[in-house]
Amino acid sequence: MPEITFREAINQALAEEMERDDSIFIVGEEVAKYQGAYKVTQGLLQRFGEDRVIDAPISESGFTGVGVGAAMVGLRPIVEVMTFNFSLVAIDQIINNAAKMRHMSGGQLKVPMVIRGPNGPAHQLAATHSQALESIFAHIPGLKVVVPGTPKDAKGLLKSAIRDDNPVIFMESEVMYGLKGEVPEGEYTIPLGKTDVKRKGKDITIVAYGKMVSLVLQAAGTLASEGIEAEVVDPMTLRPLDDGPIVESVKKTNRCVVVSEAWPFASVASEIGYRVSSKAFDYLDAPVELVTAEDVPMPYNKTLEHNALPTLEKVLNAAHSVLYKK
Amino acid sequence: MSDYAIETNKSDGFLKEEYLSLGRARLVEMYRTMVLIRRFEEAAAKAYSMQKIGGFLHLYIGQEAVAVGAVAALRDDDYLITAYRDHGHAIARGTDPKKLMAELFGKYTGSSKGKGGSMHFFDAQRNMLGGHAIVGAQVPLGTGIAFKAKYRKEDRVCLTFLGDAAMNQGAFHEALNLAALWKLPVVYIVENNMYGMGTAVDRASAVTELHKRGCAYGIEGMVADGMNVFAVYDAVKEAARKARELSLPTLLEVRTYRYRGHSMSDPDSIYRTKQEVEEEKQRDPIEQMKKFLLGGKIATQKEIDTVEEDVKKIVAECVEFAEKSPEPPLESMYDDIYV
Repeated sequence: MPEITFREAINQALAEEMERDDSIFIVGEEVAKYQGAYKVTQGLLQRFGEDRVIDAPISESGFTGVGVGAAMVGLRPIVEVMTFNFSLVAIDQIINNAAKMRHMSGGQLKVPMVIRGPNGPAHQLAATHSQALESIFAHIPGLKVVVPGTPKDAKGLLKSAIRDDNPVIFMESEVMYGLKGEVPEGEYTIPLGKTDVKRKGKDITIVAYGKMVSLVLQAAGTLASEGIEAEVVDPMTLRPLDDGPIVESVKKTNRCVVVSEAWPFASVASEIGYRVSSKAFDYLDAPVELVTAEDVPMPYNKTLEHNALPTLEKVLNAAHSVLYKK
Repeated sequence: MSDYAIETNKSDGFLKEEYLSLGRARLVEMYRTMVLIRRFEEAAAKAYSMQKIGGFLHLYIGQEAVAVGAVAALRDDDYLITAYRDHGHAIARGTDPKKLMAELFGKYTGSSKGKGGSMHFFDAQRNMLGGHAIVGAQVPLGTGIAFKAKYRKEDRVCLTFLGDAAMNQGAFHEALNLAALWKLPVVYIVENNMYGMGTAVDRASAVTELHKRGCAYGIEGMVADGMNVFAVYDAVKEAARKARELSLPTLLEVRTYRYRGHSMSDPDSIYRTKQEVEEEKQRDPIEQMKKFLLGGKIATQKEIDTVEEDVKKIVAECVEFAEKSPEPPLESMYDDIYV
């Protein structure tokens, strides 16, 4: 299999789907002439023309709402937010219009659209530009939320998200765009709402998604050198959450750590922790541990920033804790 | 008038010969629809007072000429989207009023199966795309619907209704900029009923001639008398033509008045006088239309009376249908959230 970057994987998914279906268009800031703020849409303007790859002014509420409106009458918009921090300006369009249209219309309308872009902390961008917002979107009935952790997953899941008839929040990461990984040649999709086991193991279950998958696989390598075999489980889609494989894994390992770079309060991590505690209660040999961002706005200072996020050390400590080691 | 505003309607145009070209049947039908909207809402208000309708109920009474005149100027395949004061628009578009009354009653036979209520009337089949309850949030949606028409090279337009207060929302301004920038076939029709809830236009908008507020985006403004169904018809016809033929947006302000409070719980004596309301009622759109039909010998008094009787019967049937309709089954709670 060829190795490509996360960025290239997304670009391929966009291009392949746009080739397949002319109801798809991309709108967002700097997506066309500039070739994408993070170069994810590179070459798409040249290939598909300015009617389908559209530069928008800095008006997230406006162009996200235009996307919802276009989707209501049969187009399949892909709205790129330069980062999900800016989606907060469009949150009314996403929560009140995209997510609820089908419900409010009694099933008369659907909103087949993807809102995608980078999410989560990058490097020293401080509080407004460095936050993982998936829990906010995952809270909302009517939305689907996808957070891929590898180039292969990103491509396969994005193609499914574009073909999905519901509004899908698709969250990437600035610091993952250069991440390389093997991606199958030719056409493939990965279904939404299916959890994937990224590494088999028998001693402990570590749940992670998005950027945290790489960190947790690294931690699993360290644990293996200590004779601990971690099973790494990646839900990939946070809503709807396929908790079956997570619960099955915990029933086997009896121990669970959930890793997320979002805040801990009322979060995807706490939801997974609750479901494991509830559905695998009799199998647990230790309380579920969460490794999340610290419950603070992101500081600019590099050392503070590093320590505000999940680290290899924090993941290893949590694993040791549920195994009652040290 | 500003450079961007053109005067399209003069009251002396009310009896223009060309309206007769709409045809007698069509003219009587427009009158009938206005009466239906009013009687439908009077029945809704009564049902609300009997607690058969819950939540918010925003009545359109006084503004009937706007929805009816505007819809008459559209083609059936044109799109329409509106805000939460949406009863008149759905009825004008031809939605079965039984389904609408059932929706107000929260019944399973309602247009949204009891999930939407008063503020969320939808009729996708008739291109009536809601019923949207966050002030101004439907303006980008209407713009996106027009975007689709242009993307698919269809000569359809999207008529996007909003209230005067929605013009102060950011979503409105973002949408207008995009519509002008991308030359979209959209008509923004501002129903200026003089108040956003209890706040008069001159206490909310720095510029009170609302049609002028499109000038920042190079969008032509128009103003029309919203109590005169033909004035609305003329203005929307012209704005829709520009959208259809030139793919240009228009900001059309129609000056109208709501007789009732903002919602059923609105003690409107706090912010406006009884005298003001009574004076506005002298311009009543239904009475004006009736005079036109009788004065122009388009309809006889007997026909006018028949309209009233027919509508009375229809509304009674709507209420009966709504009352007798089943509650939504509990398991329907999880329906229609995802496709």
